[in-house]
Amino acid sequence: MAELNTGDGGGKKGGGKVRSKKANPSVDLTAMVDLAFLLITFFILTTTLSKPQSMNLAMPDKQKIEDTPTETPAWRTLTLVLGTGDKLVWYSGRADGPPLDGPVATTYGKTGVRDLILNKKAGVDARNKAEGADLEKSGITVIIKPSKKSNYKNLVDILDEMAITKVKKYAIVDITDADIKFLEDNKIY
Amino acid sequence: MAKIKLSKKSSRIDMTAMCDMAFLLLSFFIMTATAKVPEALPVETPASTVQTKLPEENLATLTIGKEKVFFGVTGRETRAETLKRMGDKYKIQFSDAEQKKFSLIDGFGVDIRNMKKLIEMPNEQRMKEGVQPGIPFDSINNQLADWVKTAREVAKDMDGKDLDIAIKGDAKEEYPTVKKVLDILQKQSKNNFFLVTGLRSDDF
Repeated sequence: MAELNTGDGGGKKGGGKVRSKKANPSVDLTAMVDLAFLLITFFILTTTLSKPQSMNLAMPDKQKIEDTPTETPAWRTLTLVLGTGDKLVWYSGRADGPPLDGPVATTYGKTGVRDLILNKKAGVDARNKAEGADLEKSGITVIIKPSKKSNYKNLVDILDEMAITKVKKYAIVDITDADIKFLEDNKIY
Repeated sequence: MAKIKLSKKSSRIDMTAMCDMAFLLLSFFIMTATAKVPEALPVETPASTVQTKLPEENLATLTIGKEKVFFGVTGRETRAETLKRMGDKYKIQFSDAEQKKFSLIDGFGVDIRNMKKLIEMPNEQRMKEGVQPGIPFDSINNQLADWVKTAREVAKDMDGKDLDIAIKGDAKEEYPTVKKVLDILQKQSKNNFFLVTGLRSDDF
């Protein structure tokens, strides 16, 4: 491929005129360019992709909770109790006494908890609209209760679902005995 | 019949400029790239779809994995000052050399009483598994809370900004450990923090 030594064409024409050899100075750069771009790609990918992503989490102020407990109607809440084995139990309303809806076990991901949240959210929004309530202020409230048997990934997954389904109000709350019983009934504790 | 002559064009292009540019970019990316430093406690972070980048400065990272918690803060001066104040609190005197050496350590997970030994160790030995047992954070001996508190005070004094806190948890870590760390932060009225995650599409 290299063409450094091809410059002697037309050297012996005619008489004794000595022509200086014209060297063709072009080197084939294809391989070099290939390599350079490969390295560029490598460095671009490693520098930008290695930066860690993060998720913002705001917890309520501990003092403020005790001062002013916020009240939410039971039908507007959805409680997710995170159990073991990447499963969770959901219900609407209160855990003491029979809940409004549920408790039902489900899984994480698109087909499990996301559909559920979207359905519930649509239901709450529809009822709010019918009652003429302020949609911004009185949207669905999701209560997340991670059990001792759940892991950190489960928590992040649920927080991620909150971001995907655009639920504005959610809180991480301590688990109660009633919630643990729901988990035990569904054999995920 | 006259023959139609096809003009033969050379298929070569001059690649000099392209090559120049490629190498220019290459050198730029090599120079801006930072080498990945080995972590004291390797964790596998869970994935999320949220795409906010972590701040690069004024950040303390709490790494949680295998029921151990490691602590690290950015900025060398912040680190040295934090160690000094922690030493005052626990009545341990750290020399200037020790402070300087400590400021080069990204993250650590030992009891402050063993800190001198950790600082003396060569880098390779420090990174070995089992050398660092994690910072104690139970209710009797809550050094982690002190570290966070001291680092926040130092950051406030030096930059006038509140220190950002990132929690880097292992995906498999059980919730109680995470809960304990969250409680420590909440107790100090640090209610807003970052959870370090990997990246995924929302189609999972």
